[in-house]
Amino acid sequence: MMYNSRNIIIGLIIFVGIFTFPFVLGAGKANEAPKLSLDTPKINELIKKEPIETVEFMRNNHMQLLSDWKVAVVRDGNRVYVSQKDGQEYDMSLQNTCLDCHSNKEQFCDACHTYAEVEPNCWDCHVAPEVIR
Amino acid sequence: MDINRRKFLKAGGVLALGLSIAPAKSVLAGVKGKYAPGPNALTAKNWAMVVDMNKLEKDVEACTMACHKEHNVPNIDNKKEEVKWIWTDKYGHLFHDNKHDFMNKEMEHRHFLALCNQCENPVCVRVCPTKATFKNKEGIIMMDYHRCIGCRYCMAGCPYGARSFNFKDPRPYIEEINPNYPTRTKGVVEKCNFCSERLAKGLLPACVEASTNGGLVFGDLDDPNSEVRKVLDTQFTVQRKPSLGTKPKVFYIL
Ligand code: HEC
Ligand code: HEC
Ligand code: HEC
Repeated sequence: MMYNSRNIIIGLIIFVGIFTFPFVLGAGKANEAPKLSLDTPKINELIKKEPIETVEFMRNNHMQLLSDWKVAVVRDGNRVYVSQKDGQEYDMSLQNTCLDCHSNKEQFCDACHTYAEVEPNCWDCHVAPEVIR
Repeated sequence: MDINRRKFLKAGGVLALGLSIAPAKSVLAGVKGKYAPGPNALTAKNWAMVVDMNKLEKDVEACTMACHKEHNVPNIDNKKEEVKWIWTDKYGHLFHDNKHDFMNKEMEHRHFLALCNQCENPVCVRVCPTKATFKNKEGIIMMDYHRCIGCRYCMAGCPYGARSFNFKDPRPYIEEINPNYPTRTKGVVEKCNFCSERLAKGLLPACVEASTNGGLVFGDLDDPNSEVRKVLDTQFTVQRKPSLGTKPKVFYIL
């Protein structure tokens, strides 16, 4: 009645082994969230260590914000951003504003992007702080 | 509370709809702040320039240097691959239509300043398939490098040779990078932008600032009281290749 039950069971074990191999290999190596450094001269100078909009908003929407800035500056000729959070005004510039505060790009932008596997091509043209250093 | 099957299903439907729309909220929220032009911005309806070659004479070099430094224009020593926003050339090349065999020799060998003419009827804008090149609300022909796909139609279209293609990474050819302005990258076309980034801060174009003797006059073509209009009203001026109908907004006193 039983045909090759031994082979089937061995086959199953091998199958389960191969199938779960990546998980077993990765066990214990939980992906740690990147450590973001805010230790830059400009941020240390701030009285309130706050971004231009709420932290939540920046974390979730900074790509959209930058894209909107680019359109506002290049196509519509507006250069000033008025924050909704506190009415503070900022020059809408990737390299002159974002990276003025986050001058430690490698420990901030890059740290998170490496973790998230995003590679923005902006730095082919926009001058990153490490290029000047 | 009495809840029948019909009500239960209705409530469930509403809930499902809510849940499916919720993630869109963060996208639709988009950007919250407001935009404004800079407080000191120089503005005009239609920016234009007069190049007075008699007054410019010795400043030609300084003008091109100032521009190329400001905008991180690479210095590639190879006619085919060079990149330029502003340059010098001979009369015969720039004013082709008005050349003849008995030209004054001094005129023939003099180096004239050339830059994008910021045409009223720009060919480059018409041929660009991605709208990377466009005319902004102040009459400046702008490049939106983020949209340039490097097809070079604009280069074929421009009758003034005012556009350059980046055949290679320009960065190794920039002597000292200006950290305040982006470079470009391999595969995009670039050109003069009448220093729109300087106008936004209340500064005149870099070349105009470098022409100490008033050789370059800059102003609003649509304002009868502007500096350029005063010069155009009182002096004889010419344009490059006017017969093409592009209506250049860079005028010359030769
Ligand atoms: C091909 C070159 C190039 C690439 C790639 C590029 N930019 Fe730009 N960008 C420019 C240039 C040139 C300007 C015009 C600067 C000016 O007028 O001050 C600009 C302007 C901007 C501006 C407004 C002004 C400023 O100084 O920041 C923003 C914001 C911007 N880009 C964001 C981005 C982002 C985000 C990316 C990547 C996703 C990106 N850009 C990729 C060339 C580039
Ligand atoms: C005035 C200085 C300043 C400027 C300008 C600024 N930031 Fe920040 N940013 C901060 C500070 C401070 C924080 C950290 C807030 C916290 O974690 O409490 C922050 C947080 C962030 C975060 C969230 C990090 C996290 O913890 O997840 C992102 C993303 C970010 N900024 C991106 C940008 C971008 C992109 C720009 C330009 C559009 C920009 N910032 C401009 C100061 C600044
Ligand atoms: C907390 C993590 C985090 C930090 C810090 C962060 N980013 Fe990002 N960024 C992301 C993620 C995640 C994405 C990808 C989002 C997506 O694909 O929807 C992204 C995408 C982007 C993009 C769009 C890329 C593309 O190809 O479209 C730009 C531009 C960008 N980030 C700029 C910056 C800059 C500049 C900084 C530093 C001032 C920064 N980011 C800091 C997480 C971060």
